[in-house]
Amino acid sequence: MHDVNPIELTNGSVTIGGRPILRGIDLAVAPGQFVALMGANGSGKSTLVRALVGLWPLSGGELRLYGTPIASYDEWARVGFVPQRASAESGVPASVWEVVSSGRLTHRRPFRPMSRADRAAVDRAIEVVGLQGKARDGISSLSGGQQQRALIARALAGEPDLFFLDEPTAGVDLPNQQALADALAQLSEHGATIVLVAHELGPLAPLVERSVVMRDGRIAYDGEPLGDHEVHAPQFGEAHGHHHHPSRAQHDHVPHVSAPFDGRH
Amino acid sequence: MDLFTLAFMQRALVAALFTGLAAPAVGTYLVQRRLALMGDGIGHVAVTGVALGLLTGLSPTWTAIVVCAVGAVLIEIIRERGHANGDVALALMFYGGLAGGVLLTGLAGQSATTLQQYLFGSITTISTNDVWVTIALAVVVVGVCVGLAPQLFAVSQDQEFARVAGLNVRAYNIMVAVLAAVSVTVAMRTVGLLLVSALMVVPVATAQQVTRSFRTTLFAAMALGIGASLGGLLLAAYAPAEASVAPGPTIVLLSLFGFAVTWPLGVWVRRRARLTAPFAAGVPEAHQTPETHPHEHGPDCGHVAVEHDDHVDYVHDGHRHAVHVTGEGPHYDEH
Repeated sequence: MHDVNPIELTNGSVTIGGRPILRGIDLAVAPGQFVALMGANGSGKSTLVRALVGLWPLSGGELRLYGTPIASYDEWARVGFVPQRASAESGVPASVWEVVSSGRLTHRRPFRPMSRADRAAVDRAIEVVGLQGKARDGISSLSGGQQQRALIARALAGEPDLFFLDEPTAGVDLPNQQALADALAQLSEHGATIVLVAHELGPLAPLVERSVVMRDGRIAYDGEPLGDHEVHAPQFGEAHGHHHHPSRAQHDHVPHVSAPFDGRH
Repeated sequence: MDLFTLAFMQRALVAALFTGLAAPAVGTYLVQRRLALMGDGIGHVAVTGVALGLLTGLSPTWTAIVVCAVGAVLIEIIRERGHANGDVALALMFYGGLAGGVLLTGLAGQSATTLQQYLFGSITTISTNDVWVTIALAVVVVGVCVGLAPQLFAVSQDQEFARVAGLNVRAYNIMVAVLAAVSVTVAMRTVGLLLVSALMVVPVATAQQVTRSFRTTLFAAMALGIGASLGGLLLAAYAPAEASVAPGPTIVLLSLFGFAVTWPLGVWVRRRARLTAPFAAGVPEAHQTPETHPHEHGPDCGHVAVEHDDHVDYVHDGHRHAVHVTGEGPHYDEH
C-alpha cells in the first residue's frame, strides 16, 4: 500500500448540465506531494478538485483514490476536504470546537460519544491553526480568515493522509494566510499529500512542489512550481490583471518603454 | 391543586411535557438549515392526513404521520434538486394540504369542529392511548436528535463536507424530514397543526439569543419547550372559569413571550461582542498622539476596552487610545 498513488485520474472528464467542463484530464499525485492547482477563474480547477473528492461524478475516465475506484472507495477517514468559501456559520450558533469536531466523524460510529483520542485530535487541530484561545467562542464571532482556519482545523481533525483545499486563501488577510501556511507546512512535513486550489499562492508558495495549471477545463501546464506571476501569464488564459509587482521608483533615465501589448497597468 | 388529580389533566400534562421536549429538538436542525417554515408546510400537509383518517375511519394520528412523512420527503427531494423555487414548492404544499384536508373532511361528513380539534389542538380531550403514542414517538424523536447530534449537525452545517466525510447526506436529510413530520403529528394534539411550527422554532430562536454553542442551544430549546408547554397548559387551566382559555394558543403565546423577553438581551450581548472584538493586528507607523488628554484610561474608566495585538485600545468618540510608556512617562497614542 505504501507506494500506491493517493490520486490516479486517467482521461477524466466532467459534464455539468450537458456542457463538457473538464476534458481529458490525466493527473497522478504521488504520496507526500504538495500540488498547487492553479488557473484563471472558470478554468475548471474547483470542478476538478470537487470531482477528485467525489462531489461531481465523472462523465468519463477513471479515478482511483489509493488504488480503489472512487465508486467503491470508503476510507474517507484518509481524506480531508476544505470546501470553497463555505461560511462556517449556519442558522444556529455553534462553537469553534463543535465545528472542528465534525471533522472527527470519519472516525466515529453513530450513537457513540467521543473518545479521548477524538477529543485530543480536535484540540490538536485547533492548536495547529492557532485558534486555541477561541475554541469555546461562537464561530460567527470570528473574522472571515479565522473562520477559514476553523474549517481547515475541521479537516485536520480527521488526521487525513490526503488533503484537498479549495481556495483556502481567498479573501483572507495576510497574517491569517501565514497562519494557514504554517499549518500546511506542518501537515506536509508529516507526509500528508496535499492538493491545493488557489488563484494566488501568496505565503503558500514556498511549500508547493508541483504546479498544475488549468485552462478551459484542460491541464495547460504540469511540472515545476510556478510563481503567481507566471501562472497569470496570457498563455494560461488570463490577461495580466490586478496582480503586479509593487511599482519601483525609477531613478535611472532610461525611457520607460510601453506598448499596447504590455497589458494595462 | 385538585386539578392534578383529574385524569384528563394528568394525561394533558404528560402529553404537553413530551411535545415540548420533542418539537424543539427537531426544530433546532430545521432552524440550522434555515428551514424554519418547513414545520408549517408539514403541518398543512398533515391536515389532509387527518382528514384521510376521518374519511376512512382509521386513526387520524397514523394517517397524519404517513401523509406528513410523504410530504416531508417530497419537500426534501424538491430542495435537494437545488432549484431556486424551493419556497414555491413549499407554498404549493401549504395550499394543497390545507385545501385537501378541508375538502376531505367535508366528504367524510364531519363538521368543521372536528377538524378544529386538530387545527388548534385539544390537549384536554386526549385519550390514554394517544398519550402512549405521543410518549413513544417523542422518545424516538429525542433519541435520534440527541444520539445522532454530531452527524445531523455536520450534515446541516455543511453538506459538501459531510459527503466527503463519507456520511450518507441524503439519508440524513430524509431522516430530519421524517422526524419533523413525526413531531408535527406529536404536537398536533397539543398546540394544533396551524401552530405546531411555533413550538419547533420559537424555543430555538429564544435559546440562540444567548447561547454560543450548538449543544447548549439544542438543550436550552428543549428546556424552553417544556417550560412553555407545561406553563401554557397550567395558565389555561388556572384561568378564571368564565373565560375560555384554549391551551394551544396559550402555549404558543407564552413561548413568544419568552422570546420577547430574551431578544433585547441577545441584542445587547451581540452589540457588546461586536464592540469588544479585537482590532486587526498592526499599529499605524506614524506616531500620533491626541493633543490634550486629561482623562486617565483604565479597566474601570467606563470606555470600551478592545484587545489590539499585545495591548488594549480604549475607544471613545471615534478614537482608539493606547497607552504608550516612554522615558518621560506614559502618554496615549492614536491607534
